[in-house]
Amino acid sequence: MIRRILTIIRARVREFYRDKTSLGWNFLFPLLIILGFSFLFSGDGKIFAKAGVVQGPVAVESLESLERFQKSRHLDIIFFENLEEGLRALERQRIDFLLNPGDGRYWVAEGAPGGYVAERFLKAADNPDTGKFSKTSVAGEGLPYVEWLFPGILGMNVMFSSLFGVGYAIVRYRKNGVLKRMSVTPLRSWEFLTAQVLSRLFLIFVNVAIVLGACTLLYGFEIRGSIWLLVPIFLLGGFALVSLSVILASRTESEEFAEGVLNLMAWPMMFLSEVWFSLEGAKGWVKQMADFLPLTHLIGAARKVMNEGAGLGDILPHLGALLLMSLVFMVIGASLFRWHREG
Amino acid sequence: MNVPVLEVRNLVKHFGRVEAVRGIDFAIQPGTCFGLLGPNGAGKTTTIEVIEGILSPTSGEILYKGRPRGRAFREEVGIQLQSTELLVLQTVRETLEVFRNLYRRRAPLEELIHTCQIQDILDKDNARISGGQKQRLLLAMALANDPDLIFLDEPTTGLDPQARRHLWEIVGRIKRLGKTLVLTTHYMEEAEILCDEIAIVDAGRIIAMGSPRDLLATHGDGAVISLGADALKGRMPEAFPWSLRQSEAGLSIHTRDAGETLKALVALGADLDHLSVRSFNLEDLFIALTGRELRP
Repeated sequence: MIRRILTIIRARVREFYRDKTSLGWNFLFPLLIILGFSFLFSGDGKIFAKAGVVQGPVAVESLESLERFQKSRHLDIIFFENLEEGLRALERQRIDFLLNPGDGRYWVAEGAPGGYVAERFLKAADNPDTGKFSKTSVAGEGLPYVEWLFPGILGMNVMFSSLFGVGYAIVRYRKNGVLKRMSVTPLRSWEFLTAQVLSRLFLIFVNVAIVLGACTLLYGFEIRGSIWLLVPIFLLGGFALVSLSVILASRTESEEFAEGVLNLMAWPMMFLSEVWFSLEGAKGWVKQMADFLPLTHLIGAARKVMNEGAGLGDILPHLGALLLMSLVFMVIGASLFRWHREG
Repeated sequence: MNVPVLEVRNLVKHFGRVEAVRGIDFAIQPGTCFGLLGPNGAGKTTTIEVIEGILSPTSGEILYKGRPRGRAFREEVGIQLQSTELLVLQTVRETLEVFRNLYRRRAPLEELIHTCQIQDILDKDNARISGGQKQRLLLAMALANDPDLIFLDEPTTGLDPQARRHLWEIVGRIKRLGKTLVLTTHYMEEAEILCDEIAIVDAGRIIAMGSPRDLLATHGDGAVISLGADALKGRMPEAFPWSLRQSEAGLSIHTRDAGETLKALVALGADLDHLSVRSFNLEDLFIALTGRELRP
């Protein structure tokens, strides 16, 4: 028994190191991820909260406390030119906490763990005897963090479903000869790819509808805009992501390589497209890079509709970007596509 | 004479510096079973995959019903590849339906099921069928469009003798329906039973072609006498009048007159303890033509 197990282990190891592409990715992928994160979160170490500070005149007696607060480690301080701008960012969960040193008021984002942390930092920085800062409720109805997070989770689900459900499956079909068998039928490659896209979009539609319905009923989530606007958002978002996976799956036969590349696509998108946290306060080039990712536009448009009640006009730029990406990715993927490798 | 269903002219296929197919010509008449017989690596599968359109030829011409292959070729041929995994998480019936639905012309489902003897496994998951059952399903998939021309690439390789004979029966039934078949195999018995015409392929070339009977008559009819390895030890005449082959298994003598040869062996005082006599077959023919075994 042990000999058989060892034989299989040896065979698997041989297979692994002879597959140069997957070998490369297995080493390269973690290095790239570490490299990416070192750029994104370089400097102060781990960030616990994003705290907004409204710029303007500050009472002399508050200066010392403010300086101490702003120097707090593990806080990402973001400056706003006026209070309205800061409050808008707070309502949209782009920051966890907002301080207006001019009048000593501060606000905490509802349900955001970072808000609690920032408030603790402020209290520690404030002079206990002459404390000048006081908590204020968010004007109107604040958006709970979980509701802000919800479109991100839906988007992430669509991303994984699109990338792995189509890209990985095509690679597996190619590897085990199913594509070769299909290639000798009248089925054309564009028909096959269209079927892949449509079947996945159908599944995405059903999946999003069920999750959305269930969460709305169970948790009372409110969709502030038209629910019908979510249909083009998720379908175009899914189309763009499926098309992206078709580029990867157009020729490769190695499932290990495909898995590596798909992870390389998925993980940075998950962090840069604001699934879990806002990019408010991130470096400009990070935000610019995020604009080239389909998930950014999917989640951005969904948040605008679901959290802010935006209309069609407000999300048109996102829909346009998704449509453009879908077409570009699909044209590239379809032109590169081969049923099988010759020879 | 009818227009051949398939005509291949000077077909050449190179993979880089490797010359897999080096100028193959043949024509197949309607309603016949044509066999490409040869050892592994002879170029049979490459030849058939070029014809099927899976690989592109380096040079040469392929005509289907007298014309270059077009859209009609895809619609009217049925193909069973040498190795294909089936769709995952699908039943046999669903798989068959998928492939039937890829074609304009479809064979009636019940007829397919009956012809290929898959009625008992229709609702089984593809992952849970045996090797023989899988080959029968692959054959049914190849017949899904009621094809005029069917390619079967080593359909019985890896099957046990019983499953192999079962598949031969099914292929025989398809032949009787008047279909034209192209079969590759390295089993000479399979070729002899199923094929009307055979091309023996070696190193990318056809080295002999004709009906099994004609090939044997032309290249070496008669019998093969087998003896033990030491049967002629110390008794080997200087001028041996027959084709003699020595292997680990023993001595093989190819003769056109078995009676005379046996008399001569007795006269030589040969050890006849392991004597056996059988008809000359395609495997012997292949060895006679190439000096190598068909199945190494």
